[in-house]
Amino acid sequence: MSAELSLIGPILAAMLAAATPLLFAALGELVVEKSGVLNLGVEGMMLVGAVCGFAVTVKTGSAPMGLLAAATAGAATAALFGLLTLGLLANQVATGLALTLFGVGLSALIGQAFVGIPLKGLPKLNIPGLTDLPVIGQALFGQDLLVYLAILAVPLVHLFLYRTRAGLVLRAVGENHAAAHALGYKVIRIRFLAVLFGGAMSGLGGAFLSMDYTPMWAENMTAGRGWIALALVVFATWKPLRVMLGAWLFGGVTIAQLHVQGLGVDVPSQLLSMLPYLATVLVLVLISRDVARTRLNAPACLGKLFHPDA
Amino acid sequence: MNRRTMGKTLLGLAGAAAVALSVGTAAAQDKLKVGFVYVGPISDHGYSYQHDQGRLAVEKALGDKVATTYVENVPEGADAERVIEQLAASGHKLIFTTSFGFMNPTLKVAQRYPDVKFEHATGYKRAANVATYSARFYEGRTVVGAIAGKMTKSNVIGYVASFPIPEVVSGINAFTIALREQNPKAEVRVVWVNSWYDPGKETEAAMALIDQGADVIVQHTDSPAPIQTAQDRNLWSVGQSSDMTRFGPKSHLTAIVDDWNGYYIDRVKAVLDGSWKAVDTWGGFKDKMLFLAPYNPAIPADVVALADQIKADIMSGKRHSFQGPVKDQSGKVVIPEGKSATDEQILKMDWYVEGVQGKVPK
Repeated sequence: MSAELSLIGPILAAMLAAATPLLFAALGELVVEKSGVLNLGVEGMMLVGAVCGFAVTVKTGSAPMGLLAAATAGAATAALFGLLTLGLLANQVATGLALTLFGVGLSALIGQAFVGIPLKGLPKLNIPGLTDLPVIGQALFGQDLLVYLAILAVPLVHLFLYRTRAGLVLRAVGENHAAAHALGYKVIRIRFLAVLFGGAMSGLGGAFLSMDYTPMWAENMTAGRGWIALALVVFATWKPLRVMLGAWLFGGVTIAQLHVQGLGVDVPSQLLSMLPYLATVLVLVLISRDVARTRLNAPACLGKLFHPDA
Repeated sequence: MNRRTMGKTLLGLAGAAAVALSVGTAAAQDKLKVGFVYVGPISDHGYSYQHDQGRLAVEKALGDKVATTYVENVPEGADAERVIEQLAASGHKLIFTTSFGFMNPTLKVAQRYPDVKFEHATGYKRAANVATYSARFYEGRTVVGAIAGKMTKSNVIGYVASFPIPEVVSGINAFTIALREQNPKAEVRVVWVNSWYDPGKETEAAMALIDQGADVIVQHTDSPAPIQTAQDRNLWSVGQSSDMTRFGPKSHLTAIVDDWNGYYIDRVKAVLDGSWKAVDTWGGFKDKMLFLAPYNPAIPADVVALADQIKADIMSGKRHSFQGPVKDQSGKVVIPEGKSATDEQILKMDWYVEGVQGKVPK
């Protein structure tokens, strides 16, 4: 039994890393949706961020420049979405889907010259004494910067949304854009900024994959993580802390099922592959089973078009 | 420029384009048009990349007699039939469809174009104008298994696997038999990621196996992510489909590399001289359809000699990857002493040999 117990530490550490891209993308999308915009292009923005972060790191040799490029590229892709849906009032669902397809193609095009180039990952934290602690040492004190950054973003997003005036205005725009407009708030501008933030966070999530987790560029390397992030936002009923819980749960079950396979436990691997999705949805649905409260959390104007003259 | 002259210029351009186009087709008609259909991007530096290397080899060897076309990223489904049909309709007389899932679309199109020759990789259905071909990748796994048996210290090998199909299962078995021949105490732990290509998941699988004590990571998935993970942890790894040394120079022991160059050139030549037949080709080391990437300099000389000897014995027929007695996990002898597995047994393999942990997912 002790052999199995000694796996808890590595599983915890791997869980936090596996959850990081989801956490970045989902937190970004949460802010976007709270402002009343539904951007289904997360997967595409992640890929564009992933390839740009990788390319700039290779060209400049500087990881901070790469991260900056990834966030900027994600935001630029999102700006295209903002222009179409907020400026030209295009349908958000259709535009978001198109953005994903566009992002897949664009990232493949940009990435052509960068396929097959290895990169060194980001350095990991190492505090003598603390990192070597049994069970929790590696998980808490042995990760790299982006993992901590993603976790730090959770309380920051929460505080911004619920403890600042700007956050209140953003939520008001998402709840009732006509009323917010009547009060004199710039609905379009606020939403556009939220969309840019969402894009930058998706870009960082993608960059974590291409610059750190598996430091290389490969077409379509996000492999559906953008869609999982989107689902997390809804199942977490638009609450940052629950998004984190969901991302950890998803990452944790993913890692645990791989360990179960390695230990040779006789459960079909196809069933185990399904488990992370099943467990995450189940737990988050159970937490948010109070329908009335869930409705309160859902932004009332989500996905609705707004035109100041209408 | 006024409107009229602009109109004239445009007309002139269109005329020039039409002439250029007809010249293009005329030139192409003298050459044999050969089409290639790939399931992944040629930039994957793995499976589809190796097929495209074969196409380039054909161009290089027979460039004055052939014109090649390729279509990459073709999904295995209804779309494949459209792509293959398109190639056949546009005058390609020899078409290579390079993934298992293209089997039925290839046969359907082949029926409609009896004068076009088709070659389908890794499938088993043939027709008058459809040949099949594949490589005996398991032979490579035998050599790699012996190397791993000599290199492991923890006696735990981690195997990142894609889908539980016979090709992958027979690879695991060939590897394990050779591994335990060198090192009876070693065992193989398998994690299925249910994907051919998901770098994130392949890394997670490799990490889980390493955390469980594996010190050699073998993969039957296409991305170099497991190599990077092993390099990160200062452990050994084995590449898949192409030479992945640059993703982990210290870690990468060798790789089992697909090589279609010779086969593709031979088959195009056969069409050119009229000797092409719809046969099945399943080639191994001796047919040069696979080879091993350069060995890691850290492998001791006696292990290199052993690996080379096993390879030579496989090529000369002295040794078979599934040479009896081979026992399954329950200890039952499935392939008796003095016999080797038949091709049919290998192509349908859905059981693990002794030494593999866990069960084959059904």
